[in-house]
Amino acid sequence: MAETAAPLQRAAVATQPARRRWSIPWSRVILGLFSALVLLYLVAPVAIVIPMSFSAAKYLSFPPPGLSLQWYQNFFARADWTSATIQSIRVAFTVMILATVLGVAASLALVRGSFPGKDIVNLIIVSPLVVPAIIVAIAIYGIYVRLYLVQTFWGLVLAHTVLAVPYVVVNVSATLRGFDIRLEQAAQSLGANAWQTFRYVTLPMISPGIFAGAVFAFIASFDELIVALFIAGARGRTLPMRMFEGLRMEIDPTIAAVSSMLITFSVLVLASAEFARRRSRGD
Amino acid sequence: MTTGEVLAGRAYRESTTSRRLEFRRQLGYFLLLLPTLLLLLVLFVYPIVRLIVTSVYDGNHFTLEHYRRIVEVDLYLRVLQTTFTIALQVTLLCLILGYPLAYFLATLRARTARLLMILVLIPFWTSILVRTYAWMVLLQRQGVFNRWLLELGLIDEPLRMMYNRIGVLVGMTHVLLPFMVLPAYAVMRGIDRNLLRAAYNLGASPFQAFLRVFLPLSLPGVAAGSLLVFILALGFFITPALMGGRTDMMIAQLIETQIRTQLNFPFAAALAAVLLVITLVIFAIYNRLLGLDKMFGGGY
Repeated sequence: MAETAAPLQRAAVATQPARRRWSIPWSRVILGLFSALVLLYLVAPVAIVIPMSFSAAKYLSFPPPGLSLQWYQNFFARADWTSATIQSIRVAFTVMILATVLGVAASLALVRGSFPGKDIVNLIIVSPLVVPAIIVAIAIYGIYVRLYLVQTFWGLVLAHTVLAVPYVVVNVSATLRGFDIRLEQAAQSLGANAWQTFRYVTLPMISPGIFAGAVFAFIASFDELIVALFIAGARGRTLPMRMFEGLRMEIDPTIAAVSSMLITFSVLVLASAEFARRRSRGD
Repeated sequence: MTTGEVLAGRAYRESTTSRRLEFRRQLGYFLLLLPTLLLLLVLFVYPIVRLIVTSVYDGNHFTLEHYRRIVEVDLYLRVLQTTFTIALQVTLLCLILGYPLAYFLATLRARTARLLMILVLIPFWTSILVRTYAWMVLLQRQGVFNRWLLELGLIDEPLRMMYNRIGVLVGMTHVLLPFMVLPAYAVMRGIDRNLLRAAYNLGASPFQAFLRVFLPLSLPGVAAGSLLVFILALGFFITPALMGGRTDMMIAQLIETQIRTQLNFPFAAALAAVLLVITLVIFAIYNRLLGLDKMFGGGY
């Protein structure tokens, strides 16, 4: 419907503002300028960090007076930074695998199955996305104290999995709904069992959703600060915790180097997610 | 449907008509769901229920003492008030900055809009800590902005742009603006331009057409964005903790200090319960108005 209307719309757009074309469309110019400023506000602070991380000065200034890699050297030379980074990668990677397996299974059940209480289960699964992190943090802290899970690797992994699973379920459910169930039925009528149908028909079809969900899950854990603050402890300190400390005490310029690496990482992630999405849509 | 599809459908239906088979299928689905459900019940639902119980039950009897304290002590009431005010101010700022941007993007060709949307998505995907750090570098006393303004001779003394309300608003709006722009843009894209053209044909000025046709149609996206920004702003911790003033504390910070320095778990639990109830009420309104499935992964 939308596709058939598009050429018609375009033709109409071309003829529509005829009476306004002779004067400069001031409202349009102002709107464009305003939008450009808002986009600048969004991107400039993120972009400015990268040149500053290569600054040769001892304080942060822009533009930097000279170039050096001192803050990167500082990052890689200091064990408190590298161990926090390694810890974050370990936790986020484990969370990604756990959340993806759990989330894909749950999505299959929620989209394909029909059993009593499905709506409530759906609601429970997405609610970690809206309940403020501070509430989740102190609630989990409250029971971890009793279970002796505070300051343990698996304690943090499980808590982060709670926060990451919804992203997987939302993304995978969306692709599952968009895909033709008759393909599964055809496979089954040709003699495939449930596992074969999943492995050779469903899984390849929903892989873009799984990929997107897994990426979200990784980021959800990798960037998470508040829950980690309460339950990770000094020994299991994650990168966000180390950054938070660095920002609370003095503004440590090493964070510029860390931030630049994280920004590069998120741009790469964004690009790969976009690539996966395009490939899945075949354009 | 082609004959093949009809046949496949019929064969499938016949193979599963038996109720026992259907029951086994549903049981299988339920088993797939079980691990996730257990995880969330044990590590999300139960802890929150326990938290709420802790806030009203001291081990022997029921008490509302902690809630009374929230209402009776000025300091705590002020924190609640600050939290609401900041959340409202941030929502308004996101609306003022986000609506025109989303509108502008929606009037561009889809290809151009997608390219510009990358500029919204890059900060969206960047860690909040990184973004807060960037703002701290820009706004602090010896920061980039103050240096520039001093060099240009526009000011004689560094301005205080951080550790006060200004810093919190600038930082939080920066983090939450994409949550406004993305749903607003998605809805605006879907508005049929022919409706505007019909308005022009009937003699409406561009401004009237916008006000009477476009604006009402764009409201669902704006409402979704506003409620989302408001909910997220209420529970905000990182930006106010790093960029806020000492007198401008928000509820999440108060909860954190109550546990980390006062070790007053029941009182922190009561504060958390208040925040939770407010969040859930707004969440319910959102669900009523727009449906939860629109909230996340809306296909941007």
